[in-house]
Amino acid sequence: MLVIGAGLAGQRAALAAAEEGVSVGIVSKVHPVRSHSNAAQGGINAALNPDDSWESHAFDTVKGSDYLGDQDAIEIMTREAPQEILHLEHLGVPFHRNEEGKLGTRAFGGASAARTYYVADITGQAIMHVLYEQLMKHSAAVSRYEEWFCTALALDDDGECCGVVTRNVSDGSMELFRAKAVILATGGNGQVWQPTTNALICTGDGIAMAYRAGAKLMDMEMIQYHPTTLAKKGFLITEGARGEGAHLLNAQGERFMERYAPNKMELASRDVVSRAEQTEINEGRGFPDGTVALDITVVPKKRVHEALREIVLVGRDFAGVDITSEPIHIKPGNHYTMGGVKTDVEGRTTIPGLYAAGEVACVSVHGGNRLGANSLLDTLIFGRRSGEDAAARAKRMELGRASQAVLDDEEAKIAAILSREKGSGRRVSEVKRELGETMDRYVAVFRDEEGIRTALETVRRLQEEAENVYVDDHGSVFNQDVLGAIELGYMVDNAEATCVAALERKESRGAQYRTDFPERNDDEWLKHIDLSRNGGGPEVSYSEVTMTQWEPQERTY
Amino acid sequence: MPEYTLQIRRYQPESNEGPYWDSFDVELDESLSVLDGILQARDREDGSLSVRCSCRAAICGSCGVKINGSSTLACKTQIGEAHAAANRRNGGGAEQPPRGADEEPPPGSAGHGPNPIVIEPMGNMPVIKDLVTDMESTHWEKIRRVTPWLIPAGDAPEREYIVDPESMVDVTQEIACIQCGACVSSCLSMEVDPGFIGPAALAKAYRFVGDPRDAETEARLYDLAQDPHGIYDCTHCFSCIDACPKGVAPMDQIMRLRRRAADDYGIDDVNNGRRHEHAFTKIIEKKGTLDESLLLQESFAEGIKGKLIPKPAAIKSLIGSVPTAIRGIRTGKMRSLRKLIPGVHEKLPDGAQDEVRQIYEHAEQHSVELNLYIKGEEGDEEAAIEEGLE
Repeated sequence: MLVIGAGLAGQRAALAAAEEGVSVGIVSKVHPVRSHSNAAQGGINAALNPDDSWESHAFDTVKGSDYLGDQDAIEIMTREAPQEILHLEHLGVPFHRNEEGKLGTRAFGGASAARTYYVADITGQAIMHVLYEQLMKHSAAVSRYEEWFCTALALDDDGECCGVVTRNVSDGSMELFRAKAVILATGGNGQVWQPTTNALICTGDGIAMAYRAGAKLMDMEMIQYHPTTLAKKGFLITEGARGEGAHLLNAQGERFMERYAPNKMELASRDVVSRAEQTEINEGRGFPDGTVALDITVVPKKRVHEALREIVLVGRDFAGVDITSEPIHIKPGNHYTMGGVKTDVEGRTTIPGLYAAGEVACVSVHGGNRLGANSLLDTLIFGRRSGEDAAARAKRMELGRASQAVLDDEEAKIAAILSREKGSGRRVSEVKRELGETMDRYVAVFRDEEGIRTALETVRRLQEEAENVYVDDHGSVFNQDVLGAIELGYMVDNAEATCVAALERKESRGAQYRTDFPERNDDEWLKHIDLSRNGGGPEVSYSEVTMTQWEPQERTY
Repeated sequence: MPEYTLQIRRYQPESNEGPYWDSFDVELDESLSVLDGILQARDREDGSLSVRCSCRAAICGSCGVKINGSSTLACKTQIGEAHAAANRRNGGGAEQPPRGADEEPPPGSAGHGPNPIVIEPMGNMPVIKDLVTDMESTHWEKIRRVTPWLIPAGDAPEREYIVDPESMVDVTQEIACIQCGACVSSCLSMEVDPGFIGPAALAKAYRFVGDPRDAETEARLYDLAQDPHGIYDCTHCFSCIDACPKGVAPMDQIMRLRRRAADDYGIDDVNNGRRHEHAFTKIIEKKGTLDESLLLQESFAEGIKGKLIPKPAAIKSLIGSVPTAIRGIRTGKMRSLRKLIPGVHEKLPDGAQDEVRQIYEHAEQHSVELNLYIKGEEGDEEAAIEEGLE
């Protein structure tokens, strides 16, 4: 079986499948340790303390999701979380310890208990590097294809997924990799927005490939804006900073969260905090650069060096600010794709043989708004479950017959890009910039019909332009230019899906805040918006939100 | 908006031509990074300019390059600072060929602005294309050499391993390594001995040696001490510490591996590295400068100073070092034949030797290991030590 993408979800899936005794290939367009799971700073949630409970973790997650999360999936994730943390600890993750030498926690947003386990503020990096150690250890069972780029999924005559078309970045050769099961673990689509906290590689590849192959997408309108990002380049300041006690201040020095979330203050859910900040900024109480301030100086200096060192470096290197002695200017910025390829709790998509796990997938455990420190958990729990289920499938299936035609098609597409003359269309970077600015302007913290329609029109024009971009590099070796053109195609398809879903949902829930429909409307909209590609454009359908034990309530923090 | 000139060393493997220098004028805020500059050149002028990059925030480790001759991350280096460094390097005036350019120097300043920021692929690695290097053969192979996974004893406990909290903070310094290769690129030992396991892989090794959950500490140390390309192959030059963008301080980790090997496990390595280091330290403590002849003898036959009966290994080594000694005499480094006799070397005059002793005493009293995660940050050692002792 194949895993596409080698961040936390992909590596966890590969290891789980290897333990089941199947032969695994893991394919990644960058070296695995370059994957964006690195960026998860703050930690990973689990109700592991005896005085905490999975039910409490589950309820916080359900509430955080604004009741759009599927409660069966949330139950599974929160129940299995403690065992997963212990598993990682046993593999070697150097989690923070309390004075007794046991696992220690920190507080995080939207949570009713301190249940976030962490490694300083490099939790994602630490876990990912430890998983990569395990991949090296299990190299007999897991073949690594590092710097291989995927251009399309291959389906057999029965419509089951049986492989993937790849391009070896180092020499440009194309291959059809065949497999009995394929797991997408390609991450989110943050690069569709500019600025974003996301890495340059987060271009929604898996979402677009699955969508083009006929899989359903779900909740694509739910895009998280993180409350604390640096204004110019969108760099992330971890929620851990607020978890350690940092304050948010407007230009008048007022701790404005008092007015929006009097109980949880800075540690309300991210959608709530981002809206509060954007309101302050829009109503003229922000700084002239369109920001508010995060004051970390209230946290003891020694604690900052111990627990927030990465943020000290980010402040120093990228904003020229010593966060231990002065506040740093921040604003809400694009951060996370709650929606994605629709899956069940075993990671199965609507295409047999195709799985998805992590940010590319929508199980959905995050619904309308993801809680901080639940994303790492999502990648690991559903990465593992996908790996196990895909391994079981691989054991019972014959290898499907993938047609050579799909490889020929993909080779022809790339040849077509390479053959375009300079100046025949637009540059990749120009189209990408227009896309990012459009989405950040119209499909962000506050949205309305007019704005989303404007965005959709622009995106549809850009889809056409993306078909005709030209590249400068006509070579085979490490041709990043041509890959950029393919990624641009993925991004515009992601953008279209988000615009269509955002236009469709005529209410405000989680990250989707419609100024023309400012209330949550459970009677009409307590449901998922599914999208499938029908002919040219996305076709909308709906699916029920799975409820187990938590009825929707008013959501205050 | 300020303008900068980037002088980029390029190599297009399919062109049948060797490496060459290419120059790009870019326009961006001085607080943005050199990577932003490279990407602007790529986006606006030449899409074939290749560089690995992803996070833009010094966490993914993709964009290791040399900027003005120093190994670092392009995304972590502010372009304004890089420009200032280029000016300093050229003495604020005339242009000089960048270090490492073994063919044509970059074009003169005409039309390129004075003192361009010089960007090259990392060193000690084959170049694949432009700024993209082959890290597999020079970095990852060595990482795999140190058995880079935890080997605990027996079955895992039901709950977590109970360990000293400080030990986890300790190994977090190495877990902070993003495998960017900047240290490998800067390593002088690796230039001489490409087989050297190297700073990144040895720091990775300490991540397990320092981890109380690992049960193979002694075996790991023995292996790394006995390997002729192992822990005693480091020449203590500090380049990797300067290059590391994450404060991992690989050389410090190598020194800790040596101390653990020697002090905790008494591992005598075939390279004689342990005795050599011990002799070196003792001689400086006694004499202030290095008595090289005594160093040879003490390295092989500790404690027999003054008796002219070195062990056979020392005699062999003494004979082996004759060409080096002759070179030393020729170049004036070794000022007299007398100095060839072990123990004849003079102490530092006028009480200077006492100052050396005081340094030793101070070091012994402040034997706290500086770990950036708990004791403070770079450049703030006084405060760091204070906080550490609180």
